[in-house]
Amino acid sequence: MSRKEEVLQDVVIKFAGDSGDGMQLTGSQFTNNTALLGIDLATFPDFPAEIRAPQGTLPGVSGYQLRFSSDRIFTPGDECDVLVAMNAAALKTNLKTLKKGGKIIANTDGFDTKNLRLANYPDGINPLEDGSLGNYEVIKMDVTKMTREALKDITMGTKEKDRAKNMFVLGFLYFMYNRDMESTLHFFKEKFGKKADILESNTRALQAGYNFGDTTETFTTTFRVEKAKMEPGVYRSIMGNQALAYGLIAASQKSGLPLFLGSYPITPASDVLHELSRHKAFGVKTFQAEDEIAAITSAIGASYGGLLGVTTTSGPGMALKAEAMGLAVMMEIPLLICDIQRGGPSTGLPTKTEQSDLLQAYYGRNGECPMPIVSASTPSDCFGAVYEAVRIAIQHMTPVIFLSDGYIANGAEPWRFPKSEDLPSIEIKFKTDLGHGEDKFQPYLRDEKLVRPWAIPGTAGLEHRIGGLEKQNITGNVSYDPDNHQLMVKIRQEKVEKIAEYIPEQKLDSGPATGKLLVLGWGSTYGAIKSAVAEMQEEGFEVSHAHLRHLRPFPRNLGDLLKSFDQVLIPEINNGQLIKIIRDQYFVDAKAYNKIMGVPITKTELVMKLKELLAPAS
Amino acid sequence: MSEAASIPILTPKDFATDQEVRWCPGCGDYSILAQVQKIMPGLGIARENIVIISGIGCSSRFPYYMNTYGMHSIHGRATAVASGLKAARPDLSVWIVTGDGDGLSIGGNHTIHLLRRNFDVNIMLFNNQIYGLTKGQYSPTSEEQKVTKSTPYGSIDHPFNPLALALGADATFVARTMDRDPKHLQESLVRSHQHKGSSFLEIYQNCNIFNDAAFEPFTEKATKPDNTLFLEQGKPLIFGAQRNKGIKLDGFKPVIVDLGDGAGADDLWIHDERDSNKAQLLVRMFDDPRIDGHLPRPFGVFYETDRPCYEEMMELQLQEVIQSKGAGNLDKLLRGHETWTIS
Ligand code: SF4
Repeated sequence: MSRKEEVLQDVVIKFAGDSGDGMQLTGSQFTNNTALLGIDLATFPDFPAEIRAPQGTLPGVSGYQLRFSSDRIFTPGDECDVLVAMNAAALKTNLKTLKKGGKIIANTDGFDTKNLRLANYPDGINPLEDGSLGNYEVIKMDVTKMTREALKDITMGTKEKDRAKNMFVLGFLYFMYNRDMESTLHFFKEKFGKKADILESNTRALQAGYNFGDTTETFTTTFRVEKAKMEPGVYRSIMGNQALAYGLIAASQKSGLPLFLGSYPITPASDVLHELSRHKAFGVKTFQAEDEIAAITSAIGASYGGLLGVTTTSGPGMALKAEAMGLAVMMEIPLLICDIQRGGPSTGLPTKTEQSDLLQAYYGRNGECPMPIVSASTPSDCFGAVYEAVRIAIQHMTPVIFLSDGYIANGAEPWRFPKSEDLPSIEIKFKTDLGHGEDKFQPYLRDEKLVRPWAIPGTAGLEHRIGGLEKQNITGNVSYDPDNHQLMVKIRQEKVEKIAEYIPEQKLDSGPATGKLLVLGWGSTYGAIKSAVAEMQEEGFEVSHAHLRHLRPFPRNLGDLLKSFDQVLIPEINNGQLIKIIRDQYFVDAKAYNKIMGVPITKTELVMKLKELLAPAS
Repeated sequence: MSEAASIPILTPKDFATDQEVRWCPGCGDYSILAQVQKIMPGLGIARENIVIISGIGCSSRFPYYMNTYGMHSIHGRATAVASGLKAARPDLSVWIVTGDGDGLSIGGNHTIHLLRRNFDVNIMLFNNQIYGLTKGQYSPTSEEQKVTKSTPYGSIDHPFNPLALALGADATFVARTMDRDPKHLQESLVRSHQHKGSSFLEIYQNCNIFNDAAFEPFTEKATKPDNTLFLEQGKPLIFGAQRNKGIKLDGFKPVIVDLGDGAGADDLWIHDERDSNKAQLLVRMFDDPRIDGHLPRPFGVFYETDRPCYEEMMELQLQEVIQSKGAGNLDKLLRGHETWTIS
């Protein structure tokens, strides 16, 4: 049989099914396989809000979006080319994101009367049969039946056999995109090595899916995406929370400070706790505390003892930790608070993404309580950004907030990982004894950076007391003196502002240094802004992009940069937070683009907004 | 050689700071501070290795008056701060100063979790049955019907029995003492220190401003002998001014017996700190001393047991992983299992 191969540049596949269908695993396996071929990629897992929503229902749908390309890409794509729909609910929830002419790979067994009813299709209506999908190419297959058939000589219950359905689909996709299945077969061996029957069922289902494509004459074309032209080097695939955990370990190793994580499980931050718990070989101590407050206060205790104290959380946990952050500000000790933001307020949208904790990070504490803030813009950037956050915490003796969000925490991308020897060093100076002419230790005597000495318990001769009450300048004794309080508030503020002298100037990501429009972003909007701006530039529009890592203090040249443009647009996944701070600090009449739907901003909508600003309809 | 050999001989004065002590004159806190400063030199720990962590409340000013390392943290969180510190630095001697409001109300959660984890730290819970620093509201140990600023018609809260709570959280050392009995207080502090694991020492502390005489039946010379029972390991439970009353067990019920009435000391309950069942009954000897026929209130070490400490197990787990997998290699970690090269 003759079969041709078509070369594609850019493909977006959405794997969608019931949360029990294993779509996250299917997606991540295909992602790994793609990554190993040197193809650029970006992913976006879309978890259901409920852990176990009733099977087959709309809220129970779990999705995993993968975009891969022979070009450099920065977002998981606005629309899909291929939708894998394991059941009717998966089709219904995701159809709107499928391109016209896109492919639907539908598991017909998931479209029986029961599934159709659970997905709220009217009685007697089956979208696979009624011609309503005429704009798409529908590939129907009874995955359930064919999987059972492939596993018929294995002695195991039907329920267990059905668990391998997703691997049948994965095998079929490997066929479709002309892939070698080795990476997944290897994964099976690592994961199921000890469970022979599960290893066997998954392997067979995977092969059956591949063979189904290969032997069925209707599939006359397979597809290939070439390697992307990325910077030369060795790459791996990395997810945001994983990169965050690695960044912390790297900072601990390079600074020589053992890492202590105090954390309380919360979506979408728990994976950092899970990841760090596995790395005891690096001397990492993880402590699953009884609540969010104990999580941060135990980290404060560890920092006080001379370790690198870290706590990880999300919005609601940030709120609970606020008072303790104030204590760390008052005591001026290094501490890292990582907030993996999600939709709020209150419990909000735990599994959906949002950038709505920026104002909380800036202002959400009692008293005048400034803290540096560093943010990550992509999954792999979590590594470098958190490393920088730790550097600031240690070298400036201050608690630092690190902001990430659900989108980059769970998203994956290729990463040209650094060598440990190339990482910047983080020097630490503990105070070990009284200096020349010092007859008494002065815990709040500052250096030129306004940083106080770090003397840890166990250091003879430097015994001292610190705490949350206002400190007398220099001595650190309790003081209620009015002038002293004003002085100390100013010093704490200035100390944080001074950090601007020790961070890089703001660079443009692309575009001219002055001009009509600057798009200013922070955090996970990076990919969408970068892609939208690139498209505009290709169309000949004059537009530039700057993306902030340092949110407090801002880079020292930011004001000048903002004033070099006629207009500034600030897109955010919130109701306008960075824009308030920018307007306040620089008196710039920036415009907002806000999306508050729990999902990332797309390139397409941003391009529309940019056109509106640059080429207003006449 | 033990660490003690290299430590200069210290005196209580060496543990005092230049900070003016600011409790109200007559406050029970003074006695507790004095006894802590008295026992510290004898513990054989270098001053720099002692850390005192407190929360918020009158008692929580304590660290400022001790010339060791110290942290006056935030309300209720001393136990959580101390947990992190001890996990990070098992080599330090960590002492927690907390009160009935700090440790049992706003910080109650951390207290019970610290106890179940059994960090090797010493909790000194200053119980004055009132909120002193905020000027006189009832606390979680105030008696029912108590009239305070926030309960003008009397409190309708049922109070905690702190030792029963500690035992319920599987504390490995549970004891009670009082500010007005310096010798017993000193002994109790030393025992707390000697115990390996979390020591929960409740100290009755008089707040002479907002709750004066709350513990008078137990502390005053005239009433103390009949209302208190001082526990001694292996000794029968005997009390009373004439030492003529004892406690025996009637099934599971402690009853008072008159030793004059022919009851021999042999019938009496013999105190065994290691008996967890008896400890349950002992902590429940919590009668209101104003009620006729009430049981005396026990003081001393109610219970002690051995259980591995959290920080030790944490270290052990780290060492075991390093033994079996080797020390972590950062480049290997960053590289992961699967890579590809772009040339
Ligand atoms: S208010 Fe009470 S507890 Fe507080 S210092 Fe005064 S006497 Fe002591």
